[in-house]
Amino acid sequence: MKRFALSDTAIDAAAEKAVLDHAAAGACAIFEGWVRNHNEGRAVLRLDYQAYAALADAEGEAILAEAMQRFALRAARSVHRTGSLAIGDMAVWVGVSADHRGAAFEACRWIIDEVKLRVPIWKREHYADGDSGWLHPDNTPVSAEQR
Amino acid sequence: MTYRLLYFASLADAARRDTETLESAAVDPAALYAEVAARHGFVLARERLRVAVNGAIVGWSHALADGDEIVFLPPVSGG
Repeated sequence: MKRFALSDTAIDAAAEKAVLDHAAAGACAIFEGWVRNHNEGRAVLRLDYQAYAALADAEGEAILAEAMQRFALRAARSVHRTGSLAIGDMAVWVGVSADHRGAAFEACRWIIDEVKLRVPIWKREHYADGDSGWLHPDNTPVSAEQR
Repeated sequence: MTYRLLYFASLADAARRDTETLESAAVDPAALYAEVAARHGFVLARERLRVAVNGAIVGWSHALADGDEIVFLPPVSGG
């Protein structure tokens, strides 16, 4: 079964969590990434996510398959938004289930870190002053090195 | 050879397009990036990028073939 998905519509967290159900699981860890109204001291109005879909799917699947190998999990799943998002919208959802909490916490953290590092998705922020720009992985603006 | 290029994020902005079909003598992604960077004024150094050919990440000296789809990937910022 596919463990990673891109979605151009709102993430249904309850539906995603249902795929983690397992009778042997005693722990479930979930991370939700939300759109916040500020970054690097600037007021943010909304943002866009663009993905190279074919490769993003493959990289996302590879990360979750690797997580199943590295950690003692019963299930793992992640969904990342594309398109235009408003403040407070869920940008990314990661969920895992495991027999014990240690593996659940560690795997959830590892997966979101790897997604941010490897999956070809790019964020453009739109600012209150009318400006907009693409961001680097550390949330600094790409435009800074073009000036 | 004829290549199809896809551009994303800041590279698409700089190139003012998100796809391009290109006749080029470049035989690997390193040479092809130098060519399109000069033409479109890309400021991102190659060392900051990854490259994918036909949907898979490859090295900069990967041998390109006629008809390949090539994507130069800026540093990602998902999550």
